[in-house]
Amino acid sequence: MDSRFRGNDYVPKGRVAMRPYRVRQKQGEPMNGAGRPRPESGLELYAWMFMRVSGVVLLFLALGHLLIMHIINNVDNIDFQFVARRYATPFWRTYDLVMLWLALIHGLNGIRTLVGDYVRAKGWQVATLASLYVFGFILLALGSLTIATFRP
Amino acid sequence: MVKLRDYLTYRGGPGHWSWILHRVTGVGVFLFLLVHIVDIALVGWGPGPFNKLLFLYRYPPFRVGEIVLVGAVLYHALNGLRICVIDFWPEATVIHRKLVYAVGIVFTVVFIPTAVYMFSVILK
Repeated sequence: MDSRFRGNDYVPKGRVAMRPYRVRQKQGEPMNGAGRPRPESGLELYAWMFMRVSGVVLLFLALGHLLIMHIINNVDNIDFQFVARRYATPFWRTYDLVMLWLALIHGLNGIRTLVGDYVRAKGWQVATLASLYVFGFILLALGSLTIATFRP
Repeated sequence: MVKLRDYLTYRGGPGHWSWILHRVTGVGVFLFLLVHIVDIALVGWGPGPFNKLLFLYRYPPFRVGEIVLVGAVLYHALNGLRICVIDFWPEATVIHRKLVYAVGIVFTVVFIPTAVYMFSVILK
């Protein structure tokens, strides 16, 4: 290993070591990685891993979607008939369904992280998260139904 | 309590700015996704309502918003990749600054021509 790399135990001295958004972080807590520190275990570890795995998959799905639907084609030539032709093949329905689930859950978990960072009062935190999950579930159901039940 | 000013004046280096941009673009793309799920749901009501709605998206300010959206997704994707590289391969911490700049360079090289092209399509 490179001698300049001092491993996950390395904590720079001074203010640099403090992340402004991690209010509960104490001075001297290890800094690791570029994103949120990897949780030890359990649901939080799965969420942490999901963000990275779904992120890499979405890099291809979402950028591919933008390229096809917003650059090669665009709103000038997309209409109902375009969608009908596209959804005649199960491939694009599957593509959109996978992208919808990954993107929405990725986004919801991202907002959950922000709620944890910025909503300090416990009561507000519960209220915000509860409405986030209800709203998220409704949109996931609406989007899935749209893709699955489309008839030209 | 951390105030907005602290976020902007905190001297965390380039990583701090990529952190801010990652959050801002993430929230922006998420909000658009919510709207996008609802608007596409209109295809379930047949060609009439759906084609009528598309007028909204053909409106030039929306087309400019579309370019911003492409930029936000692209940045979030590239910076997310950088996060994955450092999280799964801690040795890359040594070049973390270079990785931030690499994200900026790749973003600029890909986004500028794309934005110019998309803008030229609006003007047509």
